[in-house]
Amino acid sequence: MSTPACTLDARPPSTPAPTPHLPGDLAIWIFILAELLAFGVFLVAYAFARSGDVAGFDARQLGLDRNAGAVNTVLLLTSSFFVVRATQEVAAGACARASGWLVGAIGCGLGFVVIKVFEYAEKFGAGVTLSSSTFDMFYLSLTFFHFMHVLLGLVILTAVWLGTRQRRYGPDNMNGIESGAAYWHMVDLVWLILFPLVYVMR
Amino acid sequence: MNRPEPHPIHATPARALGVWVFLIAATLVTWLVGERGAHGPAIVALMFGLAFVKGSLIILEFMALRRAPLMWRLLTLGWLSSVCAAIAIAYWKGMS
Repeated sequence: MSTPACTLDARPPSTPAPTPHLPGDLAIWIFILAELLAFGVFLVAYAFARSGDVAGFDARQLGLDRNAGAVNTVLLLTSSFFVVRATQEVAAGACARASGWLVGAIGCGLGFVVIKVFEYAEKFGAGVTLSSSTFDMFYLSLTFFHFMHVLLGLVILTAVWLGTRQRRYGPDNMNGIESGAAYWHMVDLVWLILFPLVYVMR
Repeated sequence: MNRPEPHPIHATPARALGVWVFLIAATLVTWLVGERGAHGPAIVALMFGLAFVKGSLIILEFMALRRAPLMWRLLTLGWLSSVCAAIAIAYWKGMS
């Protein structure tokens, strides 16, 4: 077993700063690119499907809860910011503080999940299904595909949080937290396009 | 004297906070557009212009690709540009 990477809450002054490089694991970035590609195709497919039935899409879009969508955007952005702070703390050798920021990030992510579950419950209660309209099909499948990524992201963030609790990361061992952070930011990035496209654009 | 050197990859806490404030403010603009039912090409251009800036900030500052090898910035920013451009084309197509 390797020695704990993060045993002090301050970075030793003699530690040489790492040179610029791709943060995290190469494999996670290839995975992220594949995910972005899939989401990209899905988002563009929505946009072109809408162009064939603008009135129908705009009418169904009025039924969406934009406030819930906006609050969820704020939650994801704040969660991403907390993950950035956690990464910065690990880079500075402060695992205990990083762990606190990650708790905040996971809390915001859970907030997103709760709001989304209420949104889905309301939609299902109103008779929205995959076959009720083309808009509903896109709305449900696109947001649910994203929702699954939020859940996976939360599992990853929890694993990273455990890593900071066990002081597995440090200024010289950033790969794990950087990889988890990159995945979580990807989830945020996709939502930044999804929200204006599906909830607001008319 | 004891001030730590800025990390070569990750933004400073102050910079990250500034980015977060901008991201929240831009989200407020998008929310307002929705609340007022504003529509039309100018509004959509503004909204996706903002979405592009927000996405770029996430990629460069939060994902910390600002100082990563150029190829990764091209791939991710290229994705963002392509998706925003395709949405704009689709919107324009829907108007005609």
